[in-house]
Amino acid sequence: MQIYLPIAEMSVNVFLILGMGGAIGFMSGLFGVGGGFLMTPLLIFIGIPPAVAVGTGANQIVASSVSGVMAHWRRGNVDLKMGLLLVVGGLVGSTLGVFLFRLLAGLGQIDLAIRLSYVIFLGIIGGLMLIESVQRLRKDRKLGAGGARRKLHQHTWIHGLPLKMRFRRSKLYISAILPFCIGLLVGILTAIMGVGGGFVMVPAMIYLLGMPTSVVVGTSLFQIIFVTANTTFLQATVNQTVDVVLALLLLIGGVVGAQFGARAGMRLRGEQLRILLALIVLGVCINLFFELILTPDDLFSLGMG
Amino acid sequence: MFDALHRLLSRILLLVGLGLVMSGPAQTQEPLVADLSRHLVPITTGFAGTEVLLFGAVDEPGDIVMVVRGPTHEPVVRRLARISGIWVTRSQIRVGNVPSFYRVASTAPLETVASPSVLQRHQIGLANLDFTIERTDSGAEPQEYHDALIRLKQKEGLFNAEVQPIDVLGNRLFRSTVYFPANVPVGTYSVEVYLLRDGQVVSAQTTPLIISKIGLGADVYDFAHQQSAAYGLIAILLAVASGWLAAVAFKKG
Repeated sequence: MQIYLPIAEMSVNVFLILGMGGAIGFMSGLFGVGGGFLMTPLLIFIGIPPAVAVGTGANQIVASSVSGVMAHWRRGNVDLKMGLLLVVGGLVGSTLGVFLFRLLAGLGQIDLAIRLSYVIFLGIIGGLMLIESVQRLRKDRKLGAGGARRKLHQHTWIHGLPLKMRFRRSKLYISAILPFCIGLLVGILTAIMGVGGGFVMVPAMIYLLGMPTSVVVGTSLFQIIFVTANTTFLQATVNQTVDVVLALLLLIGGVVGAQFGARAGMRLRGEQLRILLALIVLGVCINLFFELILTPDDLFSLGMG
Repeated sequence: MFDALHRLLSRILLLVGLGLVMSGPAQTQEPLVADLSRHLVPITTGFAGTEVLLFGAVDEPGDIVMVVRGPTHEPVVRRLARISGIWVTRSQIRVGNVPSFYRVASTAPLETVASPSVLQRHQIGLANLDFTIERTDSGAEPQEYHDALIRLKQKEGLFNAEVQPIDVLGNRLFRSTVYFPANVPVGTYSVEVYLLRDGQVVSAQTTPLIISKIGLGADVYDFAHQQSAAYGLIAILLAVASGWLAAVAFKKG
């Protein structure tokens, strides 16, 4: 069954889109990530114009983050103060990002910018995750269940920054500049890559800020709602690239898939899950890397306009 | 928009004038009559491409050529080049006077139907499309951009690769189908039908064809472009509401 997407101005198969939403929802339920980093490249792959893929992706992530944050909110796993600081940074970043997107699109370099950001960020995150998970698996085998305990805090240059604030939920006393900057960076990525940015923010919160893992996911989802909502609004007003019909289809598939994913996730061990996720992230990264370096079929391409 | 309409109107007037001159006072019958099975192609929510039938009759045998042109636009063509191992956009050029959609059908191969100058004058055939390329970069000739644009448009299914056939019945009646793919641009199209004898245009007729979004899709598009702030807010509210609903619905699980 075909459906005509009014903003993308093309017709797609309803079941293909529902299936894509379902598959990515399944993964996000399984791994507890947003899945935007898979959604946007997939949409571009099936022929959705990159600008529409990025704008609509942001809209779809608003919904999945809202449904994700509710369970964390009930359990008190959202650090509101930290979340709001990340939101402020994120709003500034995503606004900058949308205008940067427009500028790069005008220069004809937006496709390159999208691919390069994907290769760089997915490469770093996927590589780190893989190394860490493999090391931990080995350690677990050697030491049995125990293993070395991590210190609550390690004092570094980060603790010397001014504007210190106390974050009770996260049991931290650190400079407000740091969460603001992380929010800013993630905001820019949201606008350019059409992702929630959880895959960058979660490691940054754990390793840079030293937040306890229990509040990390809830707080990052809280931030993602506001930043992707801002991106959706700006993409809709500045570039007119948000397709609600496409977003709704992806949503329906995503919601159902996420439930199955969450159930499947309970049967797998945490370390195995992380290695699997790392391999998927690296797979997408390598695929995009080859697209950058292999000679394209045609040395000319058609721009929008 | 007005520019395109004006160009279309002047073309229609020209062809009508040509038709009048050619038909002459002695003949009681039109040398060429043609029409389309419909003049409006609606793009509805279920639109997945469609066919329109062109049919007509001629007074005496001759070659028939049909040209379908979409509204003109100015696409950007980019040339890629490898810089330190990575393929990047080296330069981009805006090309003017490009039909957004182009199809040619003919009873016989174009080169046997008319002389190159006739084909060129009426812009019949992909090689005779008269794009305006104002400037080019040092790395590529304007012709390379011209050819690349045609190639890319063919890949999108908006230009046809080969001249399509026109079926003729009993030397008088003719018919041909035009396929409009799902990604067809909206706007006012012109369908030109030429009757040629001995390589010269004897008669011509132009029929407009309107392709337009209809129904819910059209409303969404208009809303998104005319009240984009309200549209953006509604998109966010829809997402928040459905995310919340999903969380409540699956709370037990």
